[in-house]
Amino acid sequence: MLTPFDKELLNIIQTRLPLESRPYAKVAQWLEAEESTVLERLNWLKDNGYIRRFGAFFDSACLGYVSTLAAVKVRPEQVAAVAQAVNAYSGVTHNYERESEYNLWFTLLTADQAEQDRVLAAIRSLPGVEGLLSLPAIEKYKVSVEFSL
Amino acid sequence: MLDNLDKKLIAVLQGDFPLVPEPYKVLAAKVGISEQELLARLAAYRQSGRLRKMGAVLRHREVGYAANALGVWNVPEARLAAVGQLMSGYRAVTHCYSRISLPEWPYNFYTMLHAHTREECRALAETLAQAAGLEHYMLLFSTREWKKTSMSYFPEYAKESGGSGG
Repeated sequence: MLTPFDKELLNIIQTRLPLESRPYAKVAQWLEAEESTVLERLNWLKDNGYIRRFGAFFDSACLGYVSTLAAVKVRPEQVAAVAQAVNAYSGVTHNYERESEYNLWFTLLTADQAEQDRVLAAIRSLPGVEGLLSLPAIEKYKVSVEFSL
Repeated sequence: MLDNLDKKLIAVLQGDFPLVPEPYKVLAAKVGISEQELLARLAAYRQSGRLRKMGAVLRHREVGYAANALGVWNVPEARLAAVGQLMSGYRAVTHCYSRISLPEWPYNFYTMLHAHTREECRALAETLAQAAGLEHYMLLFSTREWKKTSMSYFPEYAKESGGSGG
């Protein structure tokens, strides 16, 4: 169970870890707690699966990567096999089964367009795949995965 | 442009972030630069938008947000910017993009919605639809997460640093 302190800590740590030498000491100061308590609770929250990833989040486009969202129409009995084949690509960061005619949705990041084309062509030709739409973004309005606890 | 040191630094930062009192010092040592230089580069990345955030992303199911739906919307071209701004203002909308549409898939606007229940997601989508004056949309609920990871940028540079343990 999350304590009230954990929730406060998570609410802060989701939005900002200070870019300074002793960032956890600064967070502790905001929470009127000890640096060691902040570190101990963060370790616990990470070990217990509340924190998915902790650290630096970069903007893929600013780093020169090419991205797209792909929607795949897969025959139901072959979804698991196709999902696993899709997962094998390191540039696939999200892969979800969804309730839709297009039942598998994944995001793909590649160093260039040619690599994206190659990966999508390979996935299109997998057994059970009846259609694949590539839906690259035109404009990004928001990316901010924060939850109020 | 990113130089080789930038790429190495970014690759090292994709690994586990140290939970020790001076984490940036540990990372700087891995990259082979001073803590001051690492902090200065990170501040510059933040300024330029390359660094979106320093902090944590939670597992939404574990913290009580069990329902997630991809909202796909049909928005008139001329209204995209206004709708993007409007929907971005809602905290439950975590991602908001316009994307190309295709003859067999007319949707050109995408939102990720997170809520505690499906009913809450549906109510939220209806609120968004009314606020934006939109009628044509679908909510695609996820039924299974097959993969959710963070990208390993410039992996060839991470190897040079002798492994980041992540």
